[in-house]
Amino acid sequence: MDKVVRMSSEKGVVIFSKSSCCLSYAVQVLFQDLGVHPTIHEIDKDPECREIEKALMRLGCSTPVPAIFVGGKLIGSTNEVMSLHLSGSLVPLVKPFQANLC
Amino acid sequence: MPSSQIFLSLYKVFGVEENMNSTSTHFVPPRRVGIYEPVHQFGMWGESFKSNIGNGNMNTPSHIIIPANNQKLDNNLSEETSHGTAGTPHMFDQEASTSRNPDKIQRRLAQNREAARKSRLRKKAYVQQLETSRLKLIQLEQELDRARQQGFYVGNGIETNSLGFSETMNPGIAAFEMEYGHWVEEQNRQICELRTVLHGHINDVELCLLVETAMKHYFELFKMKSTAAKADVFFVMSGMWKTSAERFFLWIGGFRPSDLLKVLLPHFDILTDQQILDVCNLRQSCQQAEDALSQGMEKLQHTLADCVAGGQLGGGSYIPQVNSAIDRLEALVSFVNQADHLRHETLQQMYRILTTRQAARGLLALGEYFQRLRALSSSWATRHREPT
Repeated sequence: MDKVVRMSSEKGVVIFSKSSCCLSYAVQVLFQDLGVHPTIHEIDKDPECREIEKALMRLGCSTPVPAIFVGGKLIGSTNEVMSLHLSGSLVPLVKPFQANLC
Repeated sequence: MPSSQIFLSLYKVFGVEENMNSTSTHFVPPRRVGIYEPVHQFGMWGESFKSNIGNGNMNTPSHIIIPANNQKLDNNLSEETSHGTAGTPHMFDQEASTSRNPDKIQRRLAQNREAARKSRLRKKAYVQQLETSRLKLIQLEQELDRARQQGFYVGNGIETNSLGFSETMNPGIAAFEMEYGHWVEEQNRQICELRTVLHGHINDVELCLLVETAMKHYFELFKMKSTAAKADVFFVMSGMWKTSAERFFLWIGGFRPSDLLKVLLPHFDILTDQQILDVCNLRQSCQQAEDALSQGMEKLQHTLADCVAGGQLGGGSYIPQVNSAIDRLEALVSFVNQADHLRHETLQQMYRILTTRQAARGLLALGEYFQRLRALSSSWATRHREPT
């Protein structure tokens, strides 16, 4: 789906979530803790919500939300983000997108 | 004293079990036992029971206890046997008079038979009362289970009652509880084995196998919890399947991954520089992931509370709010799974960072830590039962 491709290719960390999804919120909090300001797309507020969901599933997400993209590449859902972080691989991945704090 | 135990003592008191040859202490329904006992025993069934037999109120079983006062029973006996005769002559006088008069003997015997018959009927009626009440009790206990299932707090639902019925109505949870019991047994066995081999000599290959087995054992628990969470997420979240001290430290249905690291790390004195760095990073990322999940949980609680409190409070209606809350509760299952995933990954990373021997020592330390918590729980529980 073009819309999904466009949205996911945005610069930095992109999170597809739903306003009611608390797990998506947890992922958001984690990225913020790492100094990253992710772009959040709350798909339940989008009229094409069902199509977006299907497109995300087709791209390989086990659950449509949360779906995390870093630099246009699909990372996965909460599981993948957590695994990456604990193995130390998440920080290098998001380093280019960390907000300059100085 | 639970109501079911009162029934057991009552049956014992009324001699229902006495006719059984077995030494079993299990309650036996009176149908299988000879209710009809020799005449002389019926002296016990005095007038005092008449009023209680008609009483179907099982909530006051204490009213049905036999008076211990034998004096009273003897008086009742004389009342019984002198039925129909003029006045109430003293027992000894009656015996003296019957020895002289055969008619009186016959009348005495007939009266005894009549008294015995009435006593048997009363006993039968009373035992039937007990039976009905017992069935009612079982029914109530099952309803209590159902209420617990639906989340109403009615006390600890883990122990089985004295009648041997399983407390929980949810087969998924019943299965989990049983499996968890086996899991703990196996865990204790593995800890013992680790302790033995680490104090002795073991080659690295065999040790590696032990470590991998121990790791897989933890991962197995997470799989079990995932299945149980689908059956009843509140049950897993409450930690009711754990001991009380373990529950004190509960974080989203299990132990805190950061606690795990805190317990393990002091046991590794010789770490390479790379290991020290890796451990440092792991501690930090573990804490960050934990914090993120905690905040997500808080948001879920707020959302759920808003949901339940939605609309009008005090109007007496709640169905739409409850239904909407049920939809949100699916998220709780995801959180439990995510927390277990975090535990899994923490263990996995520790395994990657440490040498086999260090990992074995770490798993032993972790296992013993949980054993100590369980020991603390039982010590605490028995401490309260000791008389002051």
